[in-house]
Amino acid sequence: MDKNQFLQSFAEQFDETDPSAITMDARFKEIDEWSSMVALMIIAMVDENYNKKITGADLREANTIEQLFERINAK
Amino acid sequence: MALLHNKYVTIKGVSACVPKNVVKNMGNAHFALNDINAFISNVGVEELRMSGKEICTSDLCVAAAEKLLEELHTDKNDIGILVFVSQSPDYYFLPNTACIIQDRLQLSKETLAFDVPLGCSGYVYGLNLIASYLSSGQIKKGLLLVGDTASKIPNPKDKSSSMLFGDAGAATILEYDEKSEGVHFHMATDGSGYKAIIVPEGGFRNRFSEKSLVDYTNDDGLVRSPNSLHLDGFDVFSFGISEAPKTCKKLMEHLAITNDDIDYAVFHQANKMMNEKIRKKLSLPENKVPYSLKHFGNTSSASIPLTMVTEMRNDLQQKKNRLLLCGFGVGLSWGTAYAQFNNIVVPELIEI
Repeated sequence: MDKNQFLQSFAEQFDETDPSAITMDARFKEIDEWSSMVALMIIAMVDENYNKKITGADLREANTIEQLFERINAK
Repeated sequence: MALLHNKYVTIKGVSACVPKNVVKNMGNAHFALNDINAFISNVGVEELRMSGKEICTSDLCVAAAEKLLEELHTDKNDIGILVFVSQSPDYYFLPNTACIIQDRLQLSKETLAFDVPLGCSGYVYGLNLIASYLSSGQIKKGLLLVGDTASKIPNPKDKSSSMLFGDAGAATILEYDEKSEGVHFHMATDGSGYKAIIVPEGGFRNRFSEKSLVDYTNDDGLVRSPNSLHLDGFDVFSFGISEAPKTCKKLMEHLAITNDDIDYAVFHQANKMMNEKIRKKLSLPENKVPYSLKHFGNTSSASIPLTMVTEMRNDLQQKKNRLLLCGFGVGLSWGTAYAQFNNIVVPELIEI
């Protein structure tokens, strides 16, 4: 998995948030626009791009985008 | 790999019944307008049928069965097997509701009758079960009843599920038929995901206690009590968009068929966003994938037959249709069926 590609795809799931605010060390659940619907879009993106499953636990336990990336990368 | 073929079985008719009581999601007093709007546009459910205290799943199924038996002119003595697929039986946990229904429908005492407590995958499992009994020709006709009063299980303040689940019951009559190609199935299970959709207390693992009814707010800000439905929307979504396309593809590859060999693909009505993802992954055109979600919500094991009755009734009655049916959910359990339905009998949607 390529980190930059992942980050770009992650940022594309947001409509209103400035992509520059979405960095690997950003705490994604603290982004104003974050919602359960955005979470579902992220799950769909990871399924489509990487053919991997994100669980509810992955989203709950990861705080930064980096941490989420590492959990997915380890699958 | 559970790829199965039940020969010499044909589906003769399908009926469905819902409560008259319509509850609109817009205006739900527990949630903010923004949340309701987002829910309706993403999940696709505008209104639900709710049964209230008076109506049980068995009542919906009995009404659906009576109408179907009547329109098919079926001699009740010919029904050799009755299966009731539901997670909302009349009584916890005995007796089986199927036994009560055998008597209510005045079926023969020589009928095999039992419950199968599966949810969203239940219609496909029920079809497979009855088809398996009929295939050998020793039983001539089978009655499959599926459904739930799923609206009664969520905590009313739980945003993840209280605007999603509606009530419905359905009946399907299958018959032994030496000329029929039968029904093809792929079935699967992954119990490692059992916590994704669960009512944690009230069974024998965690007995019902005073605490079972006490509300709490979980890490996702959802209000629940241990005796209410606990749905992990993320796990379920991840599971659905991955496994539903896979099971369909597995069966289609096994049968060497393409989307051109499918007139309708009817999916369990889980949620619009999830179902659309599944449809797109399978490259199925919109006109082959009907939805009943908007007006009835997620109706558990009844969602496939309810969609057939409300969205496909004329076509099913007037034509031969090759159908792919796919159910997936609680268990986790999932399955796909493929069969030709030739001018089956479909009574109008029943309301009680």
